[in-house]
Amino acid sequence: MATRFVHSICGMCTFRCPITVEVRDGRVKHIWGNPHVTGGYNLCPRGAAGRAFEYDDERPQTPLLRDGARGSGRWKKAAWDEALDFVADKLAAIKEKHGAKALVMSDRGGPHREFHRTFFQAYGSPNYFNHHATCSNSVHNAHMSMTGLARNGVAYDYKRCKYLLSFGRNFLEAVGTGEAKNIIDLIERGTTFTHIDVRWTYTGSKATNLYVVKPGSDYAIASAMLHVLIKENLVNREFIADWVNGFDDLAAFARDYTPEFAEQASGMPADAIRRVARDMAEAAPSVLLYPGYMTAWGSNDYYLRRALYAINALLGTYEAPGGMVFPKGPGDVGVKIRQLTGQAPKPEESERFDGIGTTCHHLGKGWGMAQLLPKAILEEDPYPIRGYIAQRHDPLASLPDPAAFKQALEKLDILVSVDVNWSETAWNADVILPECTYLERTDNVIVRKGLKPRLALRQQAVEPRFDSRPRWWIYKQLAKRLGIDEFLPYETIEEEIDWQLEGTGYTHKDFEETGEIKLTDEEIWYDRKDGLKFKKRSGKIELQCDELTDCGVPCWAPYEAPPEFNGDKFRLITGKKAVHTQGRTTANNPLLHEITPENTIYIHTSRAKNLGLKTGDKITLTPEEEDKPQTGTLEVTDFIHPDAVFMLHGFGDTVPVRSRSFGKGVKNMQLSTGKLRQTVGGNCPLTDTFVQIAKA
Amino acid sequence: MSEHYIDQDLKRCIGCHACEIHCKNEHDLGPGPQHCLIVKVGPKVRDGVPRAQFLFLPCFHCEQAWCMAACPTGAMKKREDGIVWVDRDLCVGCKACITACPWGVPQWDEENGKATKCDYCKDRIDRGLEPACVTGCTTKALRWVKPNEASKRKREQFAKEIAENFNY
Repeated sequence: MATRFVHSICGMCTFRCPITVEVRDGRVKHIWGNPHVTGGYNLCPRGAAGRAFEYDDERPQTPLLRDGARGSGRWKKAAWDEALDFVADKLAAIKEKHGAKALVMSDRGGPHREFHRTFFQAYGSPNYFNHHATCSNSVHNAHMSMTGLARNGVAYDYKRCKYLLSFGRNFLEAVGTGEAKNIIDLIERGTTFTHIDVRWTYTGSKATNLYVVKPGSDYAIASAMLHVLIKENLVNREFIADWVNGFDDLAAFARDYTPEFAEQASGMPADAIRRVARDMAEAAPSVLLYPGYMTAWGSNDYYLRRALYAINALLGTYEAPGGMVFPKGPGDVGVKIRQLTGQAPKPEESERFDGIGTTCHHLGKGWGMAQLLPKAILEEDPYPIRGYIAQRHDPLASLPDPAAFKQALEKLDILVSVDVNWSETAWNADVILPECTYLERTDNVIVRKGLKPRLALRQQAVEPRFDSRPRWWIYKQLAKRLGIDEFLPYETIEEEIDWQLEGTGYTHKDFEETGEIKLTDEEIWYDRKDGLKFKKRSGKIELQCDELTDCGVPCWAPYEAPPEFNGDKFRLITGKKAVHTQGRTTANNPLLHEITPENTIYIHTSRAKNLGLKTGDKITLTPEEEDKPQTGTLEVTDFIHPDAVFMLHGFGDTVPVRSRSFGKGVKNMQLSTGKLRQTVGGNCPLTDTFVQIAKA
Repeated sequence: MSEHYIDQDLKRCIGCHACEIHCKNEHDLGPGPQHCLIVKVGPKVRDGVPRAQFLFLPCFHCEQAWCMAACPTGAMKKREDGIVWVDRDLCVGCKACITACPWGVPQWDEENGKATKCDYCKDRIDRGLEPACVTGCTTKALRWVKPNEASKRKREQFAKEIAENFNY
């Protein structure tokens, strides 16, 4: 019995935790956390269920060409050459007839984008976007507007934190292994953790204080906290003098947002708002006010995120022990890692389909606005879009109003899905190019930024089970066919890795022992007096900023009270749990499916009583302005705000060959009709979804 | 004599079910049999916050095991270190152990037509490792200890909690 351990990076969700794969006789026996990196073998249930994912046959096994109507499920198996030739011919034709910008590409973000983005850049299209329209666009764009940094331009120093405040970040159910452990350690140390949410969660269960508030009122609460900090002079004057511009404008804005106002708006007691603000100030700067993870909430979510970052700024939590720290990279230790995207030419054509950079200047091109693609395709506005490569991204499952999205996709000349899964988008594609799973492939070198920067590598643990290919190979082959492969300068993945590492003294072999390369043993801290690296023109945090006002975007918008909910109308709130996140790797996973086979619909006891409903009842959920109800099973609870109806996201699978998850549960995105909309933060306004509930 | 115990720190457990999946990996189990199980109880309101508990239920490996007494073929065996386990070659699938166990521990492996249960990952123990559920637990809520170590930890925790309310 030959056992070996391969140190790698998980691919079951977007946390990408460090893993160690225990391989016995060429098969995955166990998947653990990587003890060399995290100090333990612990790994969340999704990570552990990577084994069940690997040995599940319900995924595309060869290249497939559509052999019937789109979505009919009729496929013709193809050899790789045939499938790649087909795709390359179509892409060449699109470029010739309509220009490179007529091709769009999307993915799920993250650091493993080098191969497909380099290919796409060299092809010449500016139209890359990712899934952040339904994830973190508003928090990214908010932080960019104030500091020039993305959300992940700061990291969270949980280990030294003395006060944690979260607005709805469900740390203990939407679980990343390291983060969940950090939160539990923090609670065990006796650190105060205040959690504000519209419902009870496992996170709320463990928090020191839990406030269940009116959905859509978070901005009023955050503004009132700003009010208290400023009025009671609890702010860090020195940090503000050194690093913050626009304090007076913010103070003027916050003047009217008293805790009493916020109590009326949200239901959170004024005294509690004062206490939280004072306690945070007491613990400052070792405070974490978590700015947001999945933030595709309401239309004005951008302003909530700006307010949360503003509180951090006033408390001076940036680069403070126990606060938000600047993640250091190889550059901070004098190491240079080459990235493929860095050497490919930038597309000559810069006008994007979503208007970012032409009609909309305050949002980031790095994420784009997926929700505007259907309109661009259907109306050929600003120009025709004819082809789409969905790289491990499933817009038909993850974006609101899938029927509307699908209708637009019908008009494309070609839709290519590169995936390890049957995604709903793959099911409706013209070509599926099956990628090797994360256990079957090696990817590019990634940088793990932090106080101690490291390099990390996803390393192949087992041989591919089917006729799939790694991502680096697929895009190299497509690039060869289109004559642009000089920008993917490798024939093997080892060559690519060594190209990235050239000049560092490291090679691909240096990852074998632990999966990572430590670049330093000492923590790196910037000087809080003069060394912080904000990327706005002023080099400071800009609470007030001309770049926004010049675009007609106010820096601080007044709070708008959400509508009243009564009768049969509810506000749709969705979330995740540990066995089931957004990834398409979980719903149909034999072991994870067993634990949570479908989503339950939660409403408050008082609302259920008025509607004559009880736990276990079958109910219908009907979206606004569309008579297409779905049926679900109700659970009545005291621990949710009466305005809200809650369900887990990611159910109601429409792909028949996913035999376990097919048709089970309610598909929340189908209820979000009319939400393929641009908002000020670039997010889809998912929590502005209203549904009607009735007994089925 | 029984030497082993898995101690669950309820305050650290987040009810994520990772223990169940790590267990299935070790024992090559598909859907169905669950050697260990997380059961959520609550929430109930305490100090103004609704609190839930997640109870971890493996086999207790009784000194006088009901399942062993009930097994007619001698398939339910006990090792010197107290681990109670199913010898699959001897199991005839009569389910007497499932009937006998007061805590519902023995499971039915439909695929093979045999009883199956938690064996504290004895193959791992024999290699100097800990059970898979303990090793893989997301938040390190499970500990592989001697029973009296668990009692000691619980007493110390209790002492800390009551001392916090002392009026010095």
